[in-house]
Amino acid sequence: MEKRPVVIIGSELAGYTVAREFRRLDAETPVVVLSRDHGGFYSKPMLSNAFAQKKTADSLLMKDAEKMAAEVKIEVRANSLVTAIDPKLKQLTVNGEPFPYGKLVLALGADTIKLPLQGDGADAVLSVNDLDDYRRFRTAIDGKKDIVILGAGLIGCEFANDLVGDGYKVQVIDLAPQLLGRLLPPESAAFIQQKLENEGIVFHLGTTTQKIEKAGERLRLALDNGKVILADVVLSAVGLKPRTSLAAAAGIKTNRGVVVNSFLQTNFEDIYALGDCAEVEGRVLPFVMPIMAAAKALALLLTGKPTAVHYPAMPVAVKTPICPTVVCPPESTADGEWKVEASVDGVKAVFHHTNGQLLGFALMGAAISEKAVLTAQMPALS
Amino acid sequence: MKVWQCLVCSFIYDEAKGDPEHGIVPGTKWDDVPFDWSCPDCGVAKADFEMVEVN
Repeated sequence: MEKRPVVIIGSELAGYTVAREFRRLDAETPVVVLSRDHGGFYSKPMLSNAFAQKKTADSLLMKDAEKMAAEVKIEVRANSLVTAIDPKLKQLTVNGEPFPYGKLVLALGADTIKLPLQGDGADAVLSVNDLDDYRRFRTAIDGKKDIVILGAGLIGCEFANDLVGDGYKVQVIDLAPQLLGRLLPPESAAFIQQKLENEGIVFHLGTTTQKIEKAGERLRLALDNGKVILADVVLSAVGLKPRTSLAAAAGIKTNRGVVVNSFLQTNFEDIYALGDCAEVEGRVLPFVMPIMAAAKALALLLTGKPTAVHYPAMPVAVKTPICPTVVCPPESTADGEWKVEASVDGVKAVFHHTNGQLLGFALMGAAISEKAVLTAQMPALS
Repeated sequence: MKVWQCLVCSFIYDEAKGDPEHGIVPGTKWDDVPFDWSCPDCGVAKADFEMVEVN
């Protein structure tokens, strides 16, 4: 009997990286990547800084499904929607047909969170979560001028930086009183806000959008603080929610994400999860570096060598060239406080535990040169 | 001297500048960067980089 394949649901970075890492260790076992879309490989982090680099959706697509299959020596099935998992029979339902697996990897990704907005223009709000979304967004802003971004977090700030200039006027709305609320102390947030404002970006902070109504070709946003602003295009960037419903329906344990242990294993022996859909030992880390670390560990597990994922301290580069920024935020439970040193050309913020241990940092401008030194002083996450 | 770009996160490796923070001295050719070097921004291995331009 032919060996049952390792089946990977998801063709973004997590799915393809597991496939690649596994193939390096095992040249024989069949591997199938199931993609609900075109299945081509592209860099998702580049979606929020591709415009200034003059990259289109087509030029962002690095390798199509066929090329990925040939290069990694796997099978890639595009336009293959998985609607059910049967852990007992070890079988999926793909486009309505049964599809057996030997081992199953969930690299399902995450959905963008949609704010509950009122008004007849609410449906016109766009979000960019994959290459097809990006294509729609680029088409929508073509020849337009006023862009409003909902959310001043990482993705919102990156898009704002990417679009400002080149004829675009950008406004950003966030309920939080500062930018990058979960990542920065207020003094650092004020620094990047000033830099972005100097380039023409307008922020509406501490308020939220009540209603979006059509106004001819444009959209009219009514804010909580009474302001009314007009936009040609509204982009929502308020966060991600791990995709868990497929797993939950199959009896796989979910919480914020698909629950896995440090070996990336779910509550079923042959089902694993990683990437933006996964909650690894209580942590959801939708960034590239944790995905690479998880893919390496999972590839080993798939070859029968269970290896706990090792997360070193993982700084995140915020792609805002107007104000280069690197953050390594303390965990939400961390006990300690920020200390901020600002100069004219940068800001260094460090978060120390009361016992003196460094638990986080945020660097801007010239202070970025201290990234490697500070990272080396950080404890590993796991 | 050439300039390379990370396939995943768009980090730039400039041979003229090297990556001194991680032990790669300025002027180190891409070919001479060790295989266990990975992108300082996102962690992808050397094998997954692509060249964007030649200066």
